[in-house]
Amino acid sequence: MKRDLNIQLGPSSEKLERALADVEDVHGERMVLQMGPQHPATHGVLRVELETDGELVVKATPHIGYLHRCFEKVAENMTWPQVVPYVDRLDYLSSMNNALGFALSCEKIFGIEVSERVQTIRVLVAELNRIASHLVAIGTYGLDIGAWTPFLLLFQQREHIIDLFDELSGSRLLYNYIWIGGLAHDLPEGWLPKVRAFISYMQPKIPELNQILSFNKIFIERTGKVAILSPELAVQYGVTGPNLRGSGVLWDLRKMQPYSGYETYDFEIPVGRGEFGAVGECLDRYIVRIREMEQSLHIIEQAVERLERLPGDDVRAAVPKTFSKVPVGETYFRTESAKGELGF
Amino acid sequence: MLAPAEITEYLRSAHSGAEFILEETVPEAVIRVPSGILCEAARTLRDDPRLRFDCLMCLSAVDRPEELQAVYHLYSMEHDHSCALRCCIPKDNPEIPTVSDIWPAAEWHEREAFDMMGIRFTGHPDPRRILCADDWEGHPLRRDYQPPSEFHGIPLTTILPPESETSS
Repeated sequence: MKRDLNIQLGPSSEKLERALADVEDVHGERMVLQMGPQHPATHGVLRVELETDGELVVKATPHIGYLHRCFEKVAENMTWPQVVPYVDRLDYLSSMNNALGFALSCEKIFGIEVSERVQTIRVLVAELNRIASHLVAIGTYGLDIGAWTPFLLLFQQREHIIDLFDELSGSRLLYNYIWIGGLAHDLPEGWLPKVRAFISYMQPKIPELNQILSFNKIFIERTGKVAILSPELAVQYGVTGPNLRGSGVLWDLRKMQPYSGYETYDFEIPVGRGEFGAVGECLDRYIVRIREMEQSLHIIEQAVERLERLPGDDVRAAVPKTFSKVPVGETYFRTESAKGELGF
Repeated sequence: MLAPAEITEYLRSAHSGAEFILEETVPEAVIRVPSGILCEAARTLRDDPRLRFDCLMCLSAVDRPEELQAVYHLYSMEHDHSCALRCCIPKDNPEIPTVSDIWPAAEWHEREAFDMMGIRFTGHPDPRRILCADDWEGHPLRRDYQPPSEFHGIPLTTILPPESETSS
């Protein structure tokens, strides 16, 4: 009923409030409803304990931990390079970004400097992975409100990125490609032209996606003015990444605390502008991801140009031969992963 | 933008009598804060116009042989500076005041620190476990933790010592 209410009323919040007040009038006994432990679309397992009053959800308590595997404990019994495959699995939709964060954090402790070429390859794969992750985020988001077609189209586009990574590292999702001090191996021959082909394939797909989903009237009315997250609240609760930018906060670690040479790339940080209602609504968080994909494509283009220009070198040159002498120290190094700040 | 040494000096002048120790560890310095004054120091760090640490980036718990530690990584969006606080907690009575009223982001972090390390945060609004089941016994990331052999009749995987791990 809540769903229907939004569609009929459209973006006018006055009407919505009046309708909600009507529902309030007839409130009665509260019922506790368990949603999950499987999410309807099973992307990430979560149980939400809902307290409902008729058709209204008055309270939602999330229960997490279903996927907890105590990686910290596992990592305690590992050598440093052995941990890299584990950090890949922290978020299997953006493995490259996870490994990049871990590698940079270790390199800070060990005092390792990597070559410009290694940095450029890292930026290239991290941005490709960001697009892949955003494609899943957007696709499943549409799926959750019943838009099945965009999901299939986006997964098809994501498959191109996965194929590229497959050729690069030998696996589709968990790459173990970014190592502490370098990369597992160099780019395969003829890989960069394929990335170029992907850029020209992907660029027209974003306007197409906007036509199918972003500017769809039903989609806008379902997501606009819903779950508004104010910038103040977002900062207090430590929200980061696209969700924070969706609340209109100009904040991106790639710009604010650049790493891996991000300061030398030309790109913009898209923020939520509340074009369809209020700043910080669901739709803003969605639109920010679409615009970020455009920016990532732009970064990838620049990275490919550089790699074609840079002379080849040994991508394992700075990888430590042994990890027996580990400097004592502690650090917290954070990177801008696809879903927000990731620090080790 | 203030360096950790300046932040320590600033805290010392704001809270006279309290002992703030600057640990010059590499690559990042850590400020050691007595747990008795943690809340007051946190409030100063957040509200003082020169500090303005509005963002709690990370709260982690460490199990040292002699004590437990809580480490707070703070960041100021306004001044673009960061610092790390360390609070030592005795193992026989692992209690420390909550900072979730100062940084709401701490609420879930503290629940995790309690769940995994057994640090009790006094004054926490919802001091439940977050990852393990509510009736789980022990705190899995403590070094003296002994994993149970079964949980509600479900046998748990045997943990092999690191040497005997082969190609798996």
